[in-house]
Amino acid sequence: MQSFTTLKGLAVPLMRANVDTDAIIPKQFLKSIKRSGFGVNLFDEWRYKDAGFPGQDPATRQPNPDFVLNEPRYQGAQVLIAGENFGCGSSREHAVWALDDYGFRSVIAPGFADIFHNNSFKSGLLPIVLDKPIVEKLATECAEREGYQLDIDLEAQTVTTPDGEVHPFEVDSFRKYCLLNGFDDIELTLQQRFRIEAYEERRRTSAPWLFDSIDSRSP
Amino acid sequence: MTGKTLYDKVWDAHVVHQQEEGTVLLYIDRHLVHEVTSPQAFEGLQLAGRKPWRTSSMLAVADHNVPTTDRAGGITDPVSRLQVETLDANCEAYGVVEFKMNDLRQGIVHVIGPEQGATLPGMTVVCGDSHTSTHGAFGALAFGIGTSEVEHVMATQTLLQKKSRNMLVSVDGQVGPGVTAKDIVLAIIGRIGTAGGNGCTIEFAGEAIRALSMEGRMSVCNMSIEAGARAGMIAVDDTTIEYLKGRPFAPTGDMWDAAESAWRELQSDADAQFDEVVRLDAADIEPQVSWGTSPEMVTSVNGHVPDPSADDYASKREGYQRALDYMDLAPDTPMIDIMLDRVFIGSCTNSRIEDLRAAAAVIRERKVADTIKQAMVVPGSGLVKRQAEEEGLDKLFMAAGFEWREPGCSMCLAMNADRLQPGERCASTSNRNFEGRQGQGGRTHLVSPAMAAAAAIAGHFVDVRHF
Ligand code: SF4
Repeated sequence: MQSFTTLKGLAVPLMRANVDTDAIIPKQFLKSIKRSGFGVNLFDEWRYKDAGFPGQDPATRQPNPDFVLNEPRYQGAQVLIAGENFGCGSSREHAVWALDDYGFRSVIAPGFADIFHNNSFKSGLLPIVLDKPIVEKLATECAEREGYQLDIDLEAQTVTTPDGEVHPFEVDSFRKYCLLNGFDDIELTLQQRFRIEAYEERRRTSAPWLFDSIDSRSP
Repeated sequence: MTGKTLYDKVWDAHVVHQQEEGTVLLYIDRHLVHEVTSPQAFEGLQLAGRKPWRTSSMLAVADHNVPTTDRAGGITDPVSRLQVETLDANCEAYGVVEFKMNDLRQGIVHVIGPEQGATLPGMTVVCGDSHTSTHGAFGALAFGIGTSEVEHVMATQTLLQKKSRNMLVSVDGQVGPGVTAKDIVLAIIGRIGTAGGNGCTIEFAGEAIRALSMEGRMSVCNMSIEAGARAGMIAVDDTTIEYLKGRPFAPTGDMWDAAESAWRELQSDADAQFDEVVRLDAADIEPQVSWGTSPEMVTSVNGHVPDPSADDYASKREGYQRALDYMDLAPDTPMIDIMLDRVFIGSCTNSRIEDLRAAAAVIRERKVADTIKQAMVVPGSGLVKRQAEEEGLDKLFMAAGFEWREPGCSMCLAMNADRLQPGERCASTSNRNFEGRQGQGGRTHLVSPAMAAAAAIAGHFVDVRHF
């Protein structure tokens, strides 16, 4: 996993509430069996006027000039300032992969849907929850000032504005540790193999029907 | 010491190890797999040279991409076909049991798990799919995960999790005739909002929930995620036990007896404390119809499209206006005046036998309205389809002008060929009315199966109680 320590990046505001994963990456792109290449179709139905399908040449598409990501001043943005309950809907990690592939490294919002929040950490995309009035203020400042960059420090757990205002944020210590170091949590879990085996052994005695499963009556 | 909730009990029984700051290594009993969210996980496993920890915990099926028309010729879309073939190849390579596309038992993953008895009370059940919450109807702790977590479960049989808060949603009293599980859950989401359950596991309780069949309970738990909760649960009772008896993967003999007595404990203690409690009076719930682009944007069939300029909606004005623009609806339009183009009866919310019976019962020798371009019924599994055919439901539907299809996700998310054209309006028994969900530019109204069937016949929404 890619690590996350500090970032100073151009921000872009997208303050709609309940931005769902179908909006972030529409279903037709989930047919891919790869983890990469989703960035060109991020927010596809908002970003383009024509219907999108897998394998198109992006050069042939008709961008929607009214959509914020298409404004020249936001090209190269790395921080998305978003509305409440960002990432609601399906469990598709493709939503995170699309944001990441596009170039975003962090999303700041008043709140995230649970699965999206979980998924973000797995790809090194840092979700930051700040109070709604603060997020709204950042979004307003960002819209007003071209080149608005935010400074994010994961170790210190702070977001700093160009004016030097510092906003602390919470992050789970274990996730922070994994993200700072870019650790693969499967490897960390497998170091506890003996605990998993011991658990299984206990459960096989107390609830054997949980193990008498699919194989034994397979077709 | 206060008592435990149902969620506390199932959670506690699965803690392998408690790490610092509340992160828990949680054991996973059942891992359901489908073609869309698994390929990258299998690939990750392979690249790291790992093997699945316990393939006997896994059951795989292709459901999202499969065609619902004749399958003899396979899948025409090469991209969809590759995804399904990739699942077949991965299951073959790792020895995972899979119900292939032409297996009678194939169907939507959240329909076949319970149908096969692969979902059992007290289990932890995961799947790379947010509607895994469905399985909570059995007193299981079931939730959707992303692809990285799918890989984590494959490799370790565990997940790193933090415990959610406990929320109780109690639906007290009895619903009136013609009001279904779908109406109950839409009314709940209308009340608490689409983020109302964020960070919570919801236990659904109360007389109206107890009175539901397992099919109805699954419809309710299915949409927990639409209220922001990853998991929804319902306590085990006779209804649960009766449903499971004799299912292919359910225990038998002495093992059944031992399991049954353990399952009977799966209820919240009388003195259990919930972090949040919401109560609804069942008698107040009318048949529901969604009007917007989020499941919380819902009202009674006898209601109206809201007016975003009303003072009550000040904080939601922008979102409501955007939704009305997308849905092409004017404020204050009576719901019953909304004309439809298509009707979809299916999805993991409402494609079980009881749903199809409820829809068929509405028809009474009437026909789908001429103004409806297409009305389709997509059973949740091959076994549901066969059962419905044995009961003659297919003939009732087809005589009325509905199409009778092969099982799969179909127009719930339009990954296969079944989809809305831009601007088309659909009455759908599925769970999401997001922009573009059923096809780019398509407009979705969520309803119960009976309401969908009635709407197909009338050409617009009607109160199924007087139809
Ligand atoms: S029926 Fe719809 S909601 Fe259910 S699993 Fe399939 S796509 Fe997802």
